[in-house]
Amino acid sequence: MTALRNLFSGREVLYFLLLAVLLVVVLPLALDAFRLNLTGKYLTFAFVALGLVLCWGYGGVLSLGQGVFFGLGGYCMAMFLKLEASDMASTARQTTPGIPDFMDWNQVTELPWFWEPFHSLTFTLLAVLVVPAVFAFVIGFAMFKRRVGGVYFAIITQAIATILTILIIGQQGYTGGANGMTDLRTLLGWDIRTDDAKQILYFLCVFLLLLCLVLAHLILRSKFGRILVAMRDREDRVRFSGYDVSGFKIFVFCLAGVFSAIGGAMFTLQVGFMSPSFVGIVPSIEMVIFCAVGGRLSLLGAVYGALIVNLAKTSFSESFPELWLYAMGALFIAVVLAFPNGLAGLYSRYLEPLLDRGWANVRSRAVAVPPAQEKTS
Amino acid sequence: MSNAQDFILAVEGLTVSFDGFKAVDDLSFYVDPQEIRVIIGPNGAGKTTVLDLICGKTRATEGSIKFRGRELTRMSEHAIVHAGVGRKFQNPSVFEDLTVFENLEISYPRGRSVFGALLFRRDKAVLDAVHETAATVFLSDHLDQPAGLLSHGQKQWLEIGMLLIQDPELLMLDEPVAGMSVAERRQTAELLRTITRQRSVIVIEHDMQFVEDIAHRVTVMHQGRMLAEGSLEHVKNDPRVVEVYLGHRESREEAAHA
Ligand SMILES: Nc1ncnc2c1ncn2[C@@H]1O[C@H](COP(=O)(O)OP(=O)(O)O)[C@@H](O)[C@H]1O
Ligand SMILES: [Mg+2]
Repeated sequence: MTALRNLFSGREVLYFLLLAVLLVVVLPLALDAFRLNLTGKYLTFAFVALGLVLCWGYGGVLSLGQGVFFGLGGYCMAMFLKLEASDMASTARQTTPGIPDFMDWNQVTELPWFWEPFHSLTFTLLAVLVVPAVFAFVIGFAMFKRRVGGVYFAIITQAIATILTILIIGQQGYTGGANGMTDLRTLLGWDIRTDDAKQILYFLCVFLLLLCLVLAHLILRSKFGRILVAMRDREDRVRFSGYDVSGFKIFVFCLAGVFSAIGGAMFTLQVGFMSPSFVGIVPSIEMVIFCAVGGRLSLLGAVYGALIVNLAKTSFSESFPELWLYAMGALFIAVVLAFPNGLAGLYSRYLEPLLDRGWANVRSRAVAVPPAQEKTS
Repeated sequence: MSNAQDFILAVEGLTVSFDGFKAVDDLSFYVDPQEIRVIIGPNGAGKTTVLDLICGKTRATEGSIKFRGRELTRMSEHAIVHAGVGRKFQNPSVFEDLTVFENLEISYPRGRSVFGALLFRRDKAVLDAVHETAATVFLSDHLDQPAGLLSHGQKQWLEIGMLLIQDPELLMLDEPVAGMSVAERRQTAELLRTITRQRSVIVIEHDMQFVEDIAHRVTVMHQGRMLAEGSLEHVKNDPRVVEVYLGHRESREEAAHA
């Protein structure tokens, strides 16, 4: 019990529970099926923002290519669903029945070898976690061992996001090209397009997000978290305290990648498609903005940031679609210049002291109540 | 040449050139176990660069550095630390966003791998080491304070504490009393006298009183080369040392006092 108390302060538990109640109880009761599904979609970006809090906020490693990992997770999931949707019966009219429709349109006559294992759900779920981790490890190893960091690293991640987008669009016969993988229907025979299924997937998404939040919290609470802060502050001193700095950066970058990939897989499941428009530079930068708006040092802030910015995006782009990019850029600049710690920073600076004072008042009044009266209640 | 095994540190023919400028030029010196060696010399002589080379921050162009017979010139920084070399920087280098306690805890030599750090437990051995070290460097009352809020002198002490808790066999200190008040200087000299027992130490220092107090042997550097070496008495009377270093210092100090 004391061990637990060391890991979670009372206030952290309170805030976590508030978020959990909001996501598990309030929103499902307050929103219709369509809006709840939309919220679930927003929450998939919170996974990415959460990874960025660890990687960028704490570790000081800014990746402008997190869409890559979101996409890898999303595409792994989409490949499984696409194969399931491409059974013989539904593809009978194709030149080559039994393969995904876009392959058939592109004169591919045989399922490519790397698609084969995605017939298995177990393999797919493992791939959602392992593929981005391995990819992040390779990038991280190549960069951090050579001490590439800061702006250079950010630019390289952008380049990777661009390359992957071009690759996906160019290899239409294997990837579905610019349209992505659409028309996904069932998961092991369970129709994921119904309102009921979407509600269940929403709860699954929330559950996984809360799990990732706890995991991220535990990591920040460990000495690993303090080393991240130390590294951001004075990398050299960490080295001369006997740590191999690159190993820590690689790990946190991989972890951020895996979080993003879980988000991507949940996106595919809830929205029913995956496309390269979630992989490139613009979506990757948007994901950084979710994190920055929420507060790059706040895990919970990442969730609120993703929710609020996406909500703004949806309402904004309904009325002025072409202005959204500018609004987003302005938002980013405003946050970076004026509120470097985002909403979480504003909250702990202005709102929390007020609440504390209010709370202290309530308490002192409660203490002033004579004990006799208390018994009657 | 002499047998490198007898020395804890053997530096031979060490050279580093930055775009053709030789900051350290064919330098050789040897440090005995338990010896306290002081390096003096005018600004820009290459003293800090020598420590950079030993701890792996800068890579040598030529020459060798052997620590207990192991070649350091190709080892990574953290491996050099693991081998037993600790280094304090000229400007205090502590983690300002972490508390004094956390600064010391990070320096405690356990759980240095990624998974070691994830699973690291703040057990009694750690707590004892941190409290003991904090007491040694006069920071017991500041354990929960962010290091960024410490005074300049306290940061210097904290960094010394971070080295102590690593328990290195060779301790390298770059101007440990620079920028300190007179009272802090006295306290630090006392501190260094206690912590330099049981280990070899290389100190760079300008404060002659301080050098006289602690040095076993002194190495004088000038323009990347060794100018003189021996007891303080010996080098003080070397006319070249007086010429390039001591003479200037005295006149400068007089000017400062005037
Ligand atoms: N990384 C570097 N790149 C270029 N020049 C350097 C570098 N490090 C040190 N120097 C130069 O080497 C010389 C010696 O510097 P330093 O070792 O700091 O002297 P000291 O500590 O004796 O005052 C100086 O002229 C300095 O400008
Ligand atoms: Mg110097």
